[in-house]
Amino acid sequence: MATPLTPGIAVGRLPADEIAENFKDLHAPYAPHEAAVAADRCYFCYDAPCVTACPTSIDIPLFIRQISTGTPDSAAETIFDQNILGGMCARVCPTEDLCEQACVRETAEGKPVEIGRLQRYATDTAMAKNSHPFERAAPTGKRVAVLGAGPAGLACAHRLAMLGHDVSLLDAKGKAGGLNEFGIAAYKSTDDFAAKEVAWLMGIGGITFHHGQILGESFQLDELVANHDAVFMGVGLGGVNALGVPGDDQECVFDAVRFIAHLRQASDLTELPVGRNVVVIGGGMTAVDAAVQSKLLGALNVTIAYRRGRDAMGASTYEQDLAASKGVNLMFNVQPKALHADDENYVEFIELEYTHDDGTGLKGTGETVKLEADQVFRAIGQTLTTDGGLALDGRKIAVSETGKTSNAKVWAGGDCAAGGDDLTVTAVAEGRDAAMDIHATLMGGAS
Amino acid sequence: MADLTTDFLGIKTPNPFWLASAPPTDKEYNVRRAFEAGWGGVVWKTLGSEGPPVVNVNGPRYGAIYGADRRLLGLNNIELITDRDLFMNLEEIKRVKADYPDRAIIASIMVPCEEEAWKAILPLVEDCGADGIELNFGCPHGMAERGMGSAVGQVPEYIEMVTRWCKQYYSKPVIVKLTPNITDIRLPAAAAKRGGADAVSLINTINSITSVNLDSMAPEPTIDGKGTHGGYCGPAVKPIAMSMVSEIARNPETQGLPMSGIGGVTTWRDAAEYMALGCGNVQVCTAVMTYGFKIVEEMISGLSQWMDEKGHTNTSDFVGMAVPNVTDWQYLNLNYVAKAVISQDDCIKCGRCYAACEDTSHQAIAMSEDRTFSVINEECVACNLCVDVCPVENCITMEVMKPGEVDPRTGKVVSGDYANWTTHPNNPGAVAAE
Repeated sequence: MATPLTPGIAVGRLPADEIAENFKDLHAPYAPHEAAVAADRCYFCYDAPCVTACPTSIDIPLFIRQISTGTPDSAAETIFDQNILGGMCARVCPTEDLCEQACVRETAEGKPVEIGRLQRYATDTAMAKNSHPFERAAPTGKRVAVLGAGPAGLACAHRLAMLGHDVSLLDAKGKAGGLNEFGIAAYKSTDDFAAKEVAWLMGIGGITFHHGQILGESFQLDELVANHDAVFMGVGLGGVNALGVPGDDQECVFDAVRFIAHLRQASDLTELPVGRNVVVIGGGMTAVDAAVQSKLLGALNVTIAYRRGRDAMGASTYEQDLAASKGVNLMFNVQPKALHADDENYVEFIELEYTHDDGTGLKGTGETVKLEADQVFRAIGQTLTTDGGLALDGRKIAVSETGKTSNAKVWAGGDCAAGGDDLTVTAVAEGRDAAMDIHATLMGGAS
Repeated sequence: MADLTTDFLGIKTPNPFWLASAPPTDKEYNVRRAFEAGWGGVVWKTLGSEGPPVVNVNGPRYGAIYGADRRLLGLNNIELITDRDLFMNLEEIKRVKADYPDRAIIASIMVPCEEEAWKAILPLVEDCGADGIELNFGCPHGMAERGMGSAVGQVPEYIEMVTRWCKQYYSKPVIVKLTPNITDIRLPAAAAKRGGADAVSLINTINSITSVNLDSMAPEPTIDGKGTHGGYCGPAVKPIAMSMVSEIARNPETQGLPMSGIGGVTTWRDAAEYMALGCGNVQVCTAVMTYGFKIVEEMISGLSQWMDEKGHTNTSDFVGMAVPNVTDWQYLNLNYVAKAVISQDDCIKCGRCYAACEDTSHQAIAMSEDRTFSVINEECVACNLCVDVCPVENCITMEVMKPGEVDPRTGKVVSGDYANWTTHPNNPGAVAAE
């Protein structure tokens, strides 16, 4: 039986019940009375700042008022009207940086209305009834291919299906959901919620899912364009940036996204190996998710090493605090310099160099620090693996405001498209808006 | 610390906080607990005639209206007068009074509107040692169907007649409890005074249906599928009660008639407000039914602190102080001009003032791109709606314009003179100002 002190990378560092406790729902869902009390706090602001702050522009004061008057199903419909993945967004949105940051009660008392949890209350209540809230419009006879069944693709596919189009939803993986299914910390999406949400979303009808379809391998973009009236690209970012330092190729250096994907798909978390001393390189949500979950699996020491200061960190203050509260050590202004392995190819140490930015760009100071490490995670960003020959903007697919690409029949959105902030909720908005533009284009209306 | 000892009709109690005739004062056990908690007096739950007591329903008696967080704002009841034997009640009153001689016990009475009925019960009450009686002419439910309660209170002649009987057959103070279910509260109050009442107490409960169950399509509380109107009380009725209190206080016919204020008294401040409008003391019910007897501690400490701050040494110091400032609309100064001012430091940018003013009032608040809300003085009529809907206390205030300044809305110079509707040129019945 392994313990947190067991050297190297080991499975079963904690007993099963402790792991189960560690990975339970981060925020327990509201009971009806809690929801009523929380909803009562909403001031029903005029032209509310929370709505402006929401990438999908959900009418938040309206749905909260609908909760407070005992009609959570109506509240859910208000949410789903704008964001069909409102259930997942209620769980994973960095509300502290979006709607709740804009809440006037945050200004007034430093204690915003708990919009995310209220949204979850409404969407959970409605989804528990297992009926789909929307009906399809009359068939248009148009066929649209949606590449990628992540948040952008799902939102796009749903909206297109609702408008009466026939949608082929293609994904490289074995099941739909994208990062909702394979990314995101497990304690944010418990009880197989991502898969359940996809099944519920498919209830609209008119969407055919094809798994194992890899762009550039299984098919080419041109073929899809030829066989469909329009194509939406929501393929995400499949590649992972390398550390670019000596030792990066060691066996104990992992991609954080793959670790999280394994964890999300694992049937028994006690069988998931984790290091005794874990170092996560990066500063975004993926870094936090990998670090926190390593700790929850029983790693003894977990450090997030980020090359810039706390303010520049991609993970929100809330996420940073969450990591700290779970016992993760946060190191700032350090970048990896080298990984030192022992004879058996275990990483023993990671050497980090302190950094400094004098305004001319980030530079190493030459001073280094060594951390014991037997598992290192790369979480320094992901890259587009295939662009299908579309014009790029930087390293992502160039798009107009409504997702139009350089190909008149192809739209794109989500992480693979330029712009946006790589949030689930942003991907949903982009997928939805592209669908509306595709619809307008296909039906002859200008947009 | 201010002395809260209060003399009401010669009945001295350690504070002006009494419990109203209601479920909390139905029996010895409750009243002893109330006195131990610190209540100055109680009006015992209404006694009926000798004989088989009334019966109550065996289902829900109460219904409620809630504010945020299920805070109870209004309570409705369909309970009748005491359903316990008259003599059991009288013995209990006697025992409790003996143990708490410094507290007031008033016996509330409701018997048929016949002289014999009153003549029969009053000597019994006299014997039990209660400090006085309160005539229940108020309950609007149940007993009114039998010609008692508000059925009497709605007929001033009956009030006068019964009060006269009571003064004839009973030696101690007689308080007449008034029903608000009447068009003009001054008439029953004046009738009580004519009949010789020592005081009036008001208000009794208001006819009400608190809610309708949309599944069973029946009013709540529901008894086997049916409901009936009940008596409404609690914080929601306080404004109605205070207006009635003020009417009696300033009516020449009843001016100076002692009053006991009832209706939604929940905190020391509510009590102070009733007393400022002329009540010698207050009676509480819904607040204790919601929170228990302990709230009297806050009422005592709060009133003491406020009296100390204001320099009042006795509760009688401020009784009626606000009465001279209650007037008719026609005497309000029309030369008084105010404008709303929004404190940008305090504003949390919710925009409720804007929505209220733009949608429902005078379009006198401007909203900028960055959600700065400011008053358009050219449009502001100082209606106060923005103040009332603003969630931040004192963020929006009404600032009075000084004489000599020009009101940007009317273009007129603000006058320092008092002028009201009676002399206004638009008033067809105006009298020339002298």
